[in-house]
Amino acid sequence: MVDIIRARGDYSIAEYIDSEKGTVSRELYVNPDIFEQEMEQIFQRCWLFLGHESQLPNPGDFIVSRMGTEEVIVVRDRNDNKIRAFLNSCRHRGMKVCRYDEGNALVFTCPFHAWTYDTTGSLVGAGFYNRPDASTDTLPRENWGLSEVAQFKNFYGSLWATWDPKAPSFEDYLGPFAESLRHCLQSSDGEDNGLEFFTPFQRHRLPTNWKVPGFTSVTDLTHTAMTHRSSQAAGLHQDRGQGKEKPTIPFPQEKYAIGDHSLGHGGMCTFYNQAGVPQYTNEWFEPGVDDYFRDATERKAQKYVDRVMAPHGWGGGHFAIFPAVMVDSWRLRWYHPHETGMTERWTLSGVDKNAPKEVKDAVRHYSERFNGPIGFFESDDMENWNYVYPASQGARARKLDYFFRNGIGHGKYDDRLPGVIVNGSYTEEAQRARFSRWLAFMEAKSWDDLYPINKSSARRIW
Amino acid sequence: MVEIGSDRASLERLILQQELEKFLYREARLLDERRLEEWLDLLAEEIHYWMPMRRNVKFGDWDREFTSAETEINWFNEGKEILEGRIRQLNTGVHWPEEPVSRYEHIVTNVEIMDVTGDEIRVNSKFFCYQNRLQDEVNTWVGRREDLLRRDAETGFKVVKRKIILAQNVMLPKVVNTFF
Ligand code: FES
Ligand SMILES: [Fe+2]
Repeated sequence: MVDIIRARGDYSIAEYIDSEKGTVSRELYVNPDIFEQEMEQIFQRCWLFLGHESQLPNPGDFIVSRMGTEEVIVVRDRNDNKIRAFLNSCRHRGMKVCRYDEGNALVFTCPFHAWTYDTTGSLVGAGFYNRPDASTDTLPRENWGLSEVAQFKNFYGSLWATWDPKAPSFEDYLGPFAESLRHCLQSSDGEDNGLEFFTPFQRHRLPTNWKVPGFTSVTDLTHTAMTHRSSQAAGLHQDRGQGKEKPTIPFPQEKYAIGDHSLGHGGMCTFYNQAGVPQYTNEWFEPGVDDYFRDATERKAQKYVDRVMAPHGWGGGHFAIFPAVMVDSWRLRWYHPHETGMTERWTLSGVDKNAPKEVKDAVRHYSERFNGPIGFFESDDMENWNYVYPASQGARARKLDYFFRNGIGHGKYDDRLPGVIVNGSYTEEAQRARFSRWLAFMEAKSWDDLYPINKSSARRIW
Repeated sequence: MVEIGSDRASLERLILQQELEKFLYREARLLDERRLEEWLDLLAEEIHYWMPMRRNVKFGDWDREFTSAETEINWFNEGKEILEGRIRQLNTGVHWPEEPVSRYEHIVTNVEIMDVTGDEIRVNSKFFCYQNRLQDEVNTWVGRREDLLRRDAETGFKVVKRKIILAQNVMLPKVVNTFF
């Protein structure tokens, strides 16, 4: 709605992206007015990731998750077993109703004046509600339940929600990426909703704008060699430095970076040029783990004897769902904005539900040492993502542009993934796609102006 | 004046306390002086080095507070081989969150002997770790440790098990590149 950046006078937001030159103004990353508008225009409208059903197996189980800068309670109802999500803010005076990270609840009672909500979010009681001089006895309780998300989706076990009743269905929001996400949530033998996720969320703060990692990671192949220079020396990958087996049976496939400019999703993509699945190659140090995965891959291959797999990311994932969810076949990582220069990063790592304990342990320990602030690999990223921010926000620095040109103009549409631009692996196509969508959200008055609700509004700015 | 010599057991206890403190202080000094391989040498080959995450839980729901080393995700949950790998990486000079290197100060205190069984001693302590980096990056970690140490002819003791109980929920520093 607001297309003027107040602090800067009379520029429109569109003027901060130069599609000819392939640049984005740093202002978009450091300006608090823009941040506030993003919370309204993007995080109030988009489908956001909340967690996984395996985190709340029993009636009454709840976890506290986030949507943008705000907390939500995600709870499995005691009666109908359905999972719902509510803003963690008491309807009486706005106290945080639930201050626990997770647990099992009969009801949620606010610690301020005891307004009490059941696991469907309905207000079922309040302090002194039956005293004549406490007006809560006349309270229209049905209107004062916790604020529930407008739409909620359990997509093959993963939980998503949007605050916007006009948002398209989750599948339409994902478009061609729905199949890729579905694939990432399959077990390694190709069964739908075949993963469970290790508890709890791994959460840490990152002093930078949310778009620095959110619009960059999983689509930034040129950073790996430099950023992660030290990680090879650690020898802490799955094979612990003993070397991974090379495939002996060739499997024709093409690898690209892709970007869906009208939906904003993008990342790495593999097209498979024949039926079946690529040969499993040994990569685990721990005994027995490769045997399990080789077996599972063979069972999966049975499902694809005469079927070509749908295109999906490298190694089964490595793509981003707009605005800031990074999807891999073994983990989901996403970014919650806190302030213009502060982001919180969450990770959930998954494993085949039916895997034996030694496989679950190997995958879990790998996740522990790879991901997040103590991850030997990911800690490298944090330094760069962090110091981008202070080095970009000064009065001089913010007048400069970021370079988003890698491979600009070389992308092509491809019949195998309708609507998606396919480009070389080292291009910044997926990052540009995020900005096409970002601009569309920032300018749209409502979902009526946005693809795919409004088909004619599909937008590719570069 | 107390006649310590008259009670052999309490004298031994006093000496043990002194030896343990010396060992734990030395450990902290090696970390701060960036003598990471020498620090590694103080860990038993079979060490379990564990820092669970800590949840906000309802009063009394304590079994949910710490993440399980057996089934859940922890901050640290590993053996010596992984710690060696981390130190190899720190010593490359191109591990960016430690290049340029940080100034760490580990302060160890509240050393309490909990139990002595033969060569094995359970000892608890508290730590305060201050990190100062570049011009103004400051992080602190405060917590306590529950250690199982074993007497060792060469290094005095070896750390066989260490549970690090950090006073933190969301990890507030962006990166943890030291040990506790
Ligand atoms: S703020 Fe929750 S009961 Fe008053
Ligand atoms: Fe990276």
